[in-house]
Amino acid sequence: MLAKKLKHLELTDVFIYLLGLAIVAVVIIGSIATLIQAKYALRAWFDLVLFGVTLGSIYALIALGYTLVYGILRMINFAHSEVFMSGPYIAYFVADAMSKAGLVEQNPLLTVIIIFIVAMLSSTLIAILVERVAYRPLRHAPRLVPLITAIGASFFLQYTFFRLFGPNLKVYPAINLFDASIAFGDFKITYLQIFVITAAGLLMLALHQFVQRTKIGKAMRAVSEDRETAALMGINVDNTIVMTFALGGALAGAAGVLYILVFNQVTAFIGFVPGIKAFTADVLGGIGNIPGAMLGGLFLGVIESLGPTLFLDGLGIAAPYQLKDAIAFTMLVLVLIFRPAGILGERLTEKKA
Amino acid sequence: MKAKVLFAVALIAIALVAVACAPAATPVPAFTPPADAIGTVKIGPSDPIHIAYMMVTSGADGSLGIDSRRGVEIAIDDKGGKLLDRSLKLDGQDSGCGAEPGQAAAAKLAADATILAVVGSSCSSEIRAGGPALSKAGFSVVSPSNTAPDLTDPAKRFAGYFRTAHNDKVQGAVAAQFALKQLKLKTAATIHDGSPYAQGLAGVFVDEFKKGGGTITAQEAVGPDDKDFKPVLTKIAAGKPEIIFYPIFIAAGSLITTQAKTIPGLEEVELMAADGTFSPDMYKAAGKSAIGMYQSSPDFSAFAGGYPDVLAKHQKKYNEKPLSAFHAHAYAAAMIIFAAIEKSRGEGSRWFVVHRSPSIARRDPKDEWVQGRNRHDHLRCERRLRRSQDRGVQSDRRQCEQTPDTRQAVLETVIACHCEE
Repeated sequence: MLAKKLKHLELTDVFIYLLGLAIVAVVIIGSIATLIQAKYALRAWFDLVLFGVTLGSIYALIALGYTLVYGILRMINFAHSEVFMSGPYIAYFVADAMSKAGLVEQNPLLTVIIIFIVAMLSSTLIAILVERVAYRPLRHAPRLVPLITAIGASFFLQYTFFRLFGPNLKVYPAINLFDASIAFGDFKITYLQIFVITAAGLLMLALHQFVQRTKIGKAMRAVSEDRETAALMGINVDNTIVMTFALGGALAGAAGVLYILVFNQVTAFIGFVPGIKAFTADVLGGIGNIPGAMLGGLFLGVIESLGPTLFLDGLGIAAPYQLKDAIAFTMLVLVLIFRPAGILGERLTEKKA
Repeated sequence: MKAKVLFAVALIAIALVAVACAPAATPVPAFTPPADAIGTVKIGPSDPIHIAYMMVTSGADGSLGIDSRRGVEIAIDDKGGKLLDRSLKLDGQDSGCGAEPGQAAAAKLAADATILAVVGSSCSSEIRAGGPALSKAGFSVVSPSNTAPDLTDPAKRFAGYFRTAHNDKVQGAVAAQFALKQLKLKTAATIHDGSPYAQGLAGVFVDEFKKGGGTITAQEAVGPDDKDFKPVLTKIAAGKPEIIFYPIFIAAGSLITTQAKTIPGLEEVELMAADGTFSPDMYKAAGKSAIGMYQSSPDFSAFAGGYPDVLAKHQKKYNEKPLSAFHAHAYAAAMIIFAAIEKSRGEGSRWFVVHRSPSIARRDPKDEWVQGRNRHDHLRCERRLRRSQDRGVQSDRRQCEQTPDTRQAVLETVIACHCEE
């Protein structure tokens, strides 16, 4: 068996494996060096992981939108990052109005609920619009064509928002709902972190149940398996696809609200970086795979938060946080070297690929 | 091309330097014709005088450039929209506060041969990338807000470049001294975003702080588009600094401000930023967490002369408070350019010629600390320069009145304010 494998081993494979092992070695040596120096308290490590999980769960929510669409259409919906941005952007105007009316102070909970509803509805609507305008007319075109319209739709949305509402930062009113925190001995978790993580977790669970348990979910899975056969079985493929975009849009809108609860400000361009990260999370987890997207998001978030300190601090590299994206993407490469289809990725069948 | 004559727009620099360095009425060295005549711009009787801006006018840092552009617009209004009986035309490029957009903006400007001079750029990174193209095109460039130290370092400066902004050698030193002496702090951490401005300023702060007996616990760097600074702040917290100095821009600066105090171990830390975030936008974005933080910025009260006047005009024209700290510098930059163009007119001709050669920049200031002050209201230059007659140079003489102790004023340029609600 081993001999057979060795026989088929190519030089590039050897090189790539060595590269992978080198990365692993750097990670291990760096981590050990950092831990030996013991510069950071246990609490700091806990905090770093917590920040990573918080951000990672937002990445995961966005990633689900990419993965749902990929599962059904085998295409990357690059406009998804703008779907993510548009929800909180539109909800900002509602939040601002509520702030002026004094509602934010009086009833922060109601404010957050309204922001969620507005953002999720807006994102859903925009996701459906993008599907209708940019993808449906090209349903039977070669696969690269909708990819290009996706990029076009992405830029269109970005610059529409940019031109309509101006370049300035839109800062959400302070919502004093999640300011407090609970302490477990030395460890402290803010309500906001708890809220973001649970909300994201519940939404992901709900999506999973929806896809597995409901009729529409079944239809989605069927279309994903084989579009023609599904159509022959009486499934309305177009409606199912619209439903998929709507679901992804709603999740992106929710992710957007969680994002602004953490960072408090929107511009027309906030979607880009989280969008890329979420897409990376998808590839990490195995694209087209819902649990994979969640896992990938969390992994990426934690690596970004923890990686620079853990891997590089001990090696004496100055200002490691400038390299956090480099670290995140190196980890992507590392995962893909050893698991080309992603952490939970299935090997795509000929037909799907 | 052997210039009929002209007056370099670039002469402003000399004026500036003269103002800065020369004691009152000291004769300035004679002006020699530039050896490398880059070219002249012919302006017909109905052609406008074309000035361009190169500033960040969009994005999260847009208020920085828009504020400066307003300074130029007010200067144009003060001229009645006209110079030498021609209309003043202002347009420009958004230089995005980054190296790549800066380079793109500079390339577009350089392609327009009608431009006489450029006011800009906003961020040091833009001019570092785009400056050579502007210089090659023969433009004089006067920046209202580039503060990175090495931009006017004689060894690195590109021909034709001047600034009315202060140098971060001053700002960083004052910030460090303030932390050491006024706040009586001993340990500090710095964060920069990789831009020449932030990196330079943080570096000066570190040097001065160490020189003054302080300890630097961490020198961190982040990306300008980052949103989550809690990990890097957690790392900083391990060194237990008493103050964090983060001379970056509004988008990232406001987030560091809001996130810093939520980090265990940093609840009591002092926060200090610099002029890049000195804007109402910063307080809007950072909200309550900005209360009690420190910032350094130009102190316009040192320039009693024209500033209140400019401020009143600003209020009238835009109906809001200035967006950032550099409108006065930009006003000064524009006025200096106008003065230079006015002096460059070829007499008796229907058209006139302005020389755009930046050769003059070779006369480097001896003391870059005091280079390019915002002293336009004190700057009374009698500059009779070479005349535009066919037979060449007739006279070349200028005198600048010196204002009291420019250097002192420079050192006072940076103040820190303690914002109490």
